[in-house]
Amino acid sequence: MRPVRFHPPTLAETARRKRRQECVDAGLTRRDMFKVALLTSGGALVGARGASAQAACELTPCTPGCSPPTIPFVDPLPIPPVLPARALSDPGFLIPPNQQPSGDPRDARTEPHQFRERFPPQQFFISRMRPNPNFRFSDNATNLSRIGPQLVWGFNLGGESAGDVAMTPGPTIVSRYGTPIVVRRFNELAPDSTGFGRTEVSTHLHNFHSGPDSDGGPCDPVFTRFFGIGKFYDYFYTMARAGFDTPEFRASNGDVRETLGTCWYHDHRVDHTAENTYKGLAGFHIIFNEFDTGSETTGFHLPSFPQFDIPLFLADKQFTPDGQICFDLFNFDGFLGDKYVVNGKMQPFLDVQKRRYRFRILDGGPSRFYQLFLTNPDNPAQSIPFWQIANDGNLMPRPVEITSTRLSVAERADVIIDFRKIWERFGRPARIWLENRLEQVNGRAPTDVILPPGNPANVVLEFRLVGPDNPPDASFDPEPVSFPRASCSPDDCVFAPICLPPLPSDTAASPTDRIRLTRTFEFERGNGQWTINGELMDCTRFRFTVQRNTAERWILRNNSGGWQHPIHIHLEEFRMVRRNDRPIRCGNVEFSRKDVVRLGFNEEVEIVMRFRDFRGGYPMHCHNTVHEDHQMMLLFQVQDTGDNLTEP
Amino acid sequence: MPAVTRRALLTTVIPAPHPLGGRERIQRQHLPNVVLTAHTGARVRFYDDLVKDKKVIINFMYVKCEGICLPVTRNLARVQKLLGDRVGRDIFMYSITLKPAEDSVEDLRRFAEGQGVGPGWLFLTGVPADIEHLRKALGFTYADPVEDADTSNHIGMLRFGVEPLTRWAACPGMGNPEHIARSILWDLE
Repeated sequence: MRPVRFHPPTLAETARRKRRQECVDAGLTRRDMFKVALLTSGGALVGARGASAQAACELTPCTPGCSPPTIPFVDPLPIPPVLPARALSDPGFLIPPNQQPSGDPRDARTEPHQFRERFPPQQFFISRMRPNPNFRFSDNATNLSRIGPQLVWGFNLGGESAGDVAMTPGPTIVSRYGTPIVVRRFNELAPDSTGFGRTEVSTHLHNFHSGPDSDGGPCDPVFTRFFGIGKFYDYFYTMARAGFDTPEFRASNGDVRETLGTCWYHDHRVDHTAENTYKGLAGFHIIFNEFDTGSETTGFHLPSFPQFDIPLFLADKQFTPDGQICFDLFNFDGFLGDKYVVNGKMQPFLDVQKRRYRFRILDGGPSRFYQLFLTNPDNPAQSIPFWQIANDGNLMPRPVEITSTRLSVAERADVIIDFRKIWERFGRPARIWLENRLEQVNGRAPTDVILPPGNPANVVLEFRLVGPDNPPDASFDPEPVSFPRASCSPDDCVFAPICLPPLPSDTAASPTDRIRLTRTFEFERGNGQWTINGELMDCTRFRFTVQRNTAERWILRNNSGGWQHPIHIHLEEFRMVRRNDRPIRCGNVEFSRKDVVRLGFNEEVEIVMRFRDFRGGYPMHCHNTVHEDHQMMLLFQVQDTGDNLTEP
Repeated sequence: MPAVTRRALLTTVIPAPHPLGGRERIQRQHLPNVVLTAHTGARVRFYDDLVKDKKVIINFMYVKCEGICLPVTRNLARVQKLLGDRVGRDIFMYSITLKPAEDSVEDLRRFAEGQGVGPGWLFLTGVPADIEHLRKALGFTYADPVEDADTSNHIGMLRFGVEPLTRWAACPGMGNPEHIARSILWDLE
């Protein structure tokens, strides 16, 4: 293993100190600076342009510290609307989506949908990717005078008319297991003068068990995954659980233990994923089922959607001093913004009742990691618990009581926050902050330093506790069954029957439970180029072939020095078994199904994964989308016969 | 002496200057108009003559390089063949020396000839400070100054783009030439 080569970025540090000094020189106290939200997470100034900072921002205007100052907590949290299903007679379907292949020249798909005959689509959606030239990151007059209405990209509600405006995050797609769907996505983007955004797209449904035809991957040796302006692509989702084409689970249309919940869709155009997702091409896709029903009066009694079950799309954006959103296409390290944006608004607030809520928190990237705490601004020393029930959209075997949770790019955490308990136990606070206290000063990785609590500049979202002290709440209380209040065991299954599937082993009888092969992947960087096992990304070939309906053990090793990487593997979620040779045990939030592995400095993680049902090509890649766009990626395929390459 | 007053910082809404378009911003920050000399002997300005309104592929190298420079250059020669007569017509390739004090125009000319470089591909040198400015502007840097000063570990990525469309991407120079050519053609069309 190479020695650690992490050195704090001296340039950024110097600039930060310089700007802080300017405030000191100007006689501003720390309190003053917070008041006008001039400080970012590391203590860097936002938008206060003294002489030298102004000069720096003139030269490099798309750099943290260069956004104009804005007032936090003035915009209500937007909640993306649910994408409406459409009838087959809808005018948007000139070619019916239940007919394939279409033969229409606008149809960008070059391969058939796998398993479509077995799971005929029953529900149809349209969404159109469009520019929105008047998007507002805040509706507050002062903020608008600094960061005005401007062009972003997004998805609309599917209508053809210009009045059906694109939004970001896009509309939430809500689907159910057992109801196969087709989503027809139109590319109605246009070139513009913002300086970033590629008008070709491929929409990946992150974490869903999709065929390569509908996975929305980056590239393939044979098929074209992305499509240009004026085209559409029909994405077909079986809405069946993984395992549906194995002997064990054919009759039940998949293994119920592989149920997925909080997924998200985002652009995956090869080499341009970071800028396109950042520009707005992303949204939530939530899947309900007969147990996690969306209603707190049935099934697991989780807080009802949409009123008390709220997705939070976390993103950091950078603006130029004149208030234009920008992206640095010439940056190899990773890209940070100095403004927190949740569901499209900067540092919004949300009025909450004194009851339980389910928040589905997503790190939407491009490069920032989060360590999220609840802070009482009137008493930041308080340590406020909440409960994580799902990791990467997969219900955990037992809720875990936490006081913070870490997310790297593309990771999700479903958490239950009980505002009534907070009200009763923490001195009846009027406000609670969702605060990111993880220091990160460049796009390579967080420093792993946890910042002190109670800094408004680090607040992502402000909750305001309103209404009566004892509102109705029929939802499940995770506290009594949560670890460590309750003991845990590897066989836990609080959300039965969505239990952890058995870990594949070297000796299991069934091929889908038996580990056929162990493969090792070393992630490194040489001459500024990302390698996996010393090899570079290649869209013209698959690096290795996994045998369909078998399981494998993969060792993922980060040898890249001062970098951290969220590694994402398409096709099926997996289990993390060991981190740095230590078993991941019950009670750990990573004792769960996962689709992103957070690889810290020089870490090694062992995962086991099944590769079921579909045949064809998928990527494994870093989800720091700037690393991804610089080709920290490989393609593998799943076929009926696999190879035996242990270090492919 | 404070640079700005407390009152000014707290109350001033900084007047927005005329907003720069993305293309101008990229030009200012990333595509400086430094004067360079090509291996053909021609004197050129980086932005005005080499990049403006063009589709380009850019990398850094130096002649007496024992690391990746030769393999990357050989790769690029194969990429040039795969791109065919478009190179020199609507796609232009630029290899910029990291050691301008060492690499004379004559050195670059011999190097280019030795690698079978075709028309439309220039090897470039210039004043060291200008080359350093260009390298940093194009983002071929490491955050760690020690790493950044180690020329043998220089960044071997290829930056390719269509300047008027602000379409920019990068891929590893050591990659499979067919993959590189395909990535480039997807963007340079």
